[in-house]
Amino acid sequence: MREMLSMIVVLTVLTAVSGGLLAVVKAKTEPQIEEQVLKFQKAPAIKAIFADATNDPIKERFNAKAEGIELQIFPSTLADGVKAVAFEAKGTGFGGPIGLMVGVNIDTDEIIAARVTTHSETPGIGSRAKEDLSFVGQFAGMSMASNFGTKGQGGEIDAMSGATVTSVGVSQAAVAAQDLYKKLKPEIVKQMN
Amino acid sequence: MAQSLVKEFTKGLWAEIPLFRLVLGLCPALAVTKTCENGIGMGVATTFVLLFSNILVSMLRNIIPSKVRIACYIVIIATFVTIVEFMMQAYTYELFLKLGIFIPLIVVNCVVLGRAEAFAGKNTVLPSAADGLGMGIGFTLALSSLGAVRELIGAGTLTVWGGTPIFTIGHGYIPFHFMVEAPGAFVGLGMMLCLMNLIGKK
Repeated sequence: MREMLSMIVVLTVLTAVSGGLLAVVKAKTEPQIEEQVLKFQKAPAIKAIFADATNDPIKERFNAKAEGIELQIFPSTLADGVKAVAFEAKGTGFGGPIGLMVGVNIDTDEIIAARVTTHSETPGIGSRAKEDLSFVGQFAGMSMASNFGTKGQGGEIDAMSGATVTSVGVSQAAVAAQDLYKKLKPEIVKQMN
Repeated sequence: MAQSLVKEFTKGLWAEIPLFRLVLGLCPALAVTKTCENGIGMGVATTFVLLFSNILVSMLRNIIPSKVRIACYIVIIATFVTIVEFMMQAYTYELFLKLGIFIPLIVVNCVVLGRAEAFAGKNTVLPSAADGLGMGIGFTLALSSLGAVRELIGAGTLTVWGGTPIFTIGHGYIPFHFMVEAPGAFVGLGMMLCLMNLIGKK
């Protein structure tokens, strides 16, 4: 009985202390991690989406708030005078959350381009969503009102063969982006003018 | 006392170097040593975990009931691995992206658990710290040398830190790509083990 009790007490105390310690470390490193994600994941994605931007979308980023949702918005004016915004939405893939950065023309509601940012998909299989642009390239030119489901789900997106779960995750992120855009567009337009 | 500490420290560098003598920790060794830089990054992360898990396991060795010791060791190791993961994300994000899934997998690295079980659970704090540090540095040396060999042959470059090569074999060299692919890891490790055995043979 004594031994059983000591096992329970030691394990409980140990896991509680380690949980508390990790919470502290996470809270301390979070701002720094966000900065790194912005620099190494979001910034390259935004540069690829707005290749001919005349401004610096990363510097001019702002937060749009509506209906209890807050979203980081990267505004841009393209070389041909088109006004556009980029923002990130998440879906769930095979290895965890997948971030999809979507650039949208705010006058026509058309997607300019989309890129995968953070993900933890299997290297060489699901990670093709990020590396092989022919998959995310499908989003370019689509209207924000399209059905972003995969073809298997009755939508318009061709899934990557061998990486169905990842493809569905990306398509989920696109649907989430659609939802966010619908809710936040008035607020985005207001803040951009 | 000081002498035995030095002995515990140096055994990990040569006589019991984890990768080449004990042949432990092969999963990260084979998977991440595409470049010397990756080997160093993985080695340093493992050293940090080894050092602190050894210290903590040895401090708690009289409190931890022997029936649940493995579970306790894993909790301790996992805590330090997660700290390393946060730190790498915050300060060396590019390296974190390259090492990816293999950082959380340090939890199940048999070098770390092996040292906790075989050494730190039976010895006092100072020798355990020396053992952890020595084994960690030995592991780093092994990973970085394997990485250097594979990178030199497979890509014709040598990268130590920051992603830019410090050394490039001339333009005439045609890289032997096989060495940076997965099977090349086995061949590279085999060659290194062979070399170690040749040197160590009396």
